[in-house]
Amino acid sequence: MTTEKTTEPFWWGLFSAGGVVAAFLVPVHIILVGFALPLGWITDTGALYRYWWVKLYLFVLIVLPLYHWAHRFYFTLNDMGLKPINKTLAVLCYGGAIIGTAVTAWVLFKV
Amino acid sequence: MTGTRPDPSKLYYRKMPATWWLQKQSYFLFMLRELSSVFIALFLLVYLYQIYQLTQGPEAYVAFTRRLSSPGWIFFNLIALLFAMYHSVTWFQSTAVVLPVRLGERLVPRQIVTALHIGAWMVVSLGVLILFLALKG
Repeated sequence: MTTEKTTEPFWWGLFSAGGVVAAFLVPVHIILVGFALPLGWITDTGALYRYWWVKLYLFVLIVLPLYHWAHRFYFTLNDMGLKPINKTLAVLCYGGAIIGTAVTAWVLFKV
Repeated sequence: MTGTRPDPSKLYYRKMPATWWLQKQSYFLFMLRELSSVFIALFLLVYLYQIYQLTQGPEAYVAFTRRLSSPGWIFFNLIALLFAMYHSVTWFQSTAVVLPVRLGERLVPRQIVTALHIGAWMVVSLGVLILFLALKG
């Protein structure tokens, strides 16, 4: 037994929670941030990002799908024949998500 | 969980070419679904960067928002939106399989469970849109 295997349910839980958040919330945010604001359908000065509960919401919205990505990408790279370096991949994928969590918390705290 | 899995080094793995997912449509769709997570994560990082601009003042935020109107960014967001919607639909389809819903003795058909999720997705999306419009400055 390696430690990765014993922690697998934990990562799977984050993957699953991220999948739910991404499925329900990400498309509408892409429409807003990717189309409605840049194309001028809606104008915004960013004042809403000062509310603490909006920050909490954004933390969940941004962070959980990062773990979803880490889990999927890790297993996809394994399936693409990179299994021999799976330890490195695990560090890069899950480590990337952990760094993303810290950066997100920092940005939302600063705003 | 201890002892439930065999030692991986003693298992036989069939060698697969790196292009195995191009050999069958279902494999290809599986790979697209996996790839959706990359575009979703990239979009969220761009969004985070946009929010970060607020630390440089509202003008920087507005300027970055305008920069996203270039054809390249619109194209990126279009691809991201298609992948994100593909993730949503496939996620609701697999939820219906993983979490079957019972009504008394009878199992609710998967298509109905998926359709209910898609309905809930639309309601949630509308809610986010309304909240955004109500709170934006």
